[in-house]
Amino acid sequence: MIKLNPKLSQKFAVAFLFCATIVAIIPVVIIIFIIIKNGYSAISLEFLTAMPTNGMRSGGIFPAIVGTLSIVFCAILITLPIGVCAAIYLNEYAKDTLLTRLIKLAIVNLAGIPSVVYGLFGLGIFVMFLGFGVSIIAGALTLSIMELPVIITTARGALNSVPPAFREASLALGVSRWQTIRHIVLPNALPGILTGAILSIARISGETAPILFTAAAFYLPHIPRSPFDQVMALPYHLYIISTQIPNMPKNIIFATALVLLMMVLSMSLIAIIARIYFRKRRKW
Amino acid sequence: MRKIKDDIIEKIIFFCGILSIVFVVLIFGFLIKEGISFFKEFGIVDFIIGKFWYPSANPPEFGILSLIVGSVLVTVGACIIAVPVGIMAAVYISELAPKQIKDILKSLVELMAAVPSVVIGFVGMVSLAPLVRVFFNIPTGLTAFTGSIMLAFMAMPTIVTISEDAIRSVPWQYKEGAFALGATKWQTIRRIVLKAAMPGIIAAIMLGIGRVIGETMAVMMITGNAAHIPHSIFEPVRTMTATIAAEMGETVTGGLHYRALFAIALVLFFITFLVNFIADLFLGRSKNK
Repeated sequence: MIKLNPKLSQKFAVAFLFCATIVAIIPVVIIIFIIIKNGYSAISLEFLTAMPTNGMRSGGIFPAIVGTLSIVFCAILITLPIGVCAAIYLNEYAKDTLLTRLIKLAIVNLAGIPSVVYGLFGLGIFVMFLGFGVSIIAGALTLSIMELPVIITTARGALNSVPPAFREASLALGVSRWQTIRHIVLPNALPGILTGAILSIARISGETAPILFTAAAFYLPHIPRSPFDQVMALPYHLYIISTQIPNMPKNIIFATALVLLMMVLSMSLIAIIARIYFRKRRKW
Repeated sequence: MRKIKDDIIEKIIFFCGILSIVFVVLIFGFLIKEGISFFKEFGIVDFIIGKFWYPSANPPEFGILSLIVGSVLVTVGACIIAVPVGIMAAVYISELAPKQIKDILKSLVELMAAVPSVVIGFVGMVSLAPLVRVFFNIPTGLTAFTGSIMLAFMAMPTIVTISEDAIRSVPWQYKEGAFALGATKWQTIRRIVLKAAMPGIIAAIMLGIGRVIGETMAVMMITGNAAHIPHSIFEPVRTMTATIAAEMGETVTGGLHYRALFAIALVLFFITFLVNFIADLFLGRSKNK
């Protein structure tokens, strides 16, 4: 076997690895490009604010946007406080006991459960057992359980990055544990927690499988009036119009995908910018 | 007064802390309950190794072997693409990329994770599937192969980010030691860095697999949804997740078909639990170094 000169093989390797990196990032660029190119022509104010007409083949996607926003808003309202409290428990109170290890195992496990299984669970417990029916609240509860491990993990990271000296200084002044957390740790961890929350909002806005049987309606041309109403949802609407409706104009499907994509990406972008901003401002 | 308030708040915090366990037990309990009642009527062995999934035939057949094969085929296909590319990209980003473009490359990789799976499914359906159909001259582009490609893209961010973490956390003394012995950068990466980062990389692969197995919408839209055991990767397949998502709407609540779907979910629950548990073990090992 020919033995390559180490310098030469290094050159080959670097070039090869560079190509692999390009292969890893090119798909997302292509996907975004395809959607923008085919979708932007159908985007108009009317498309965003009108009801769908003609069996969803024309008109707007307003109810789907409102539906998604209401589900996501409810979900984050439920999951954020619970997740932050759980993170506080794990980071500030829990000692290395069997219970703590079980909690961590449970979080890992929750994070790995497929989204469609959450959908089934939500259907069984919220829609059927608790009798909420297919509704915003059932979908939001399902999504909130699904997002809980992500919120806990990011909130824990944020709490963990607050230097221990802050806590010690406060405790040394005779301040109680909870007061220390409330007035010293939480304010310092807040930017990190909020960034995580925005990323979670972005992620659950695009989720389809968990709301498939818990919240989403096929076609419902009005705005929800209560949390117990069924709603149209943007990702589910995209699924429906791209697979179930014959003779659907392509540009409307692309435009719907574009709206969903922009919603998700702009929120992710806000979170990333916020993270950079807060990191620069941090005094420690 | 303040003491009582503190106590109550700390109780609430503790309750939220154990809520994750409560949810896991609830989900598991729920799946087990429906699953067992299904297995009582339809044997568990027939369920796992049965070749035919005809839920509305008379008598109905609930064999999920073809669905398991579908899931495994798509997952293996996705891994063959995503694992080598992902690890190489992680090596490049963490060890070789110039400082200025490092963060840009990383954000671009992470961007993929933000794209909703239904959008990926749609793009795969309208752009990749026709290409596959024409290029390989097959009757339909909605095949396991097409699904594997799109899923590989979806697993990429997980694999790259976590491998990159693992590679970056290799102690610098290891590298300096190798350089001091006259090793080139590439030799150091190949023989030292990759070996030291291996537990983290394995964890990254496992988490990527977990993501692919659980993926639903994209798979349902791209793989063609034919519940039969495929002869090649260029045939339509149907995964376990897609079966649940596609059929739940048609079932009668509490009926045999309804419970059969819960039984599939139970199988999925076990698989993902195992995959994530292994990933967590390796992740723990890579952190303890």
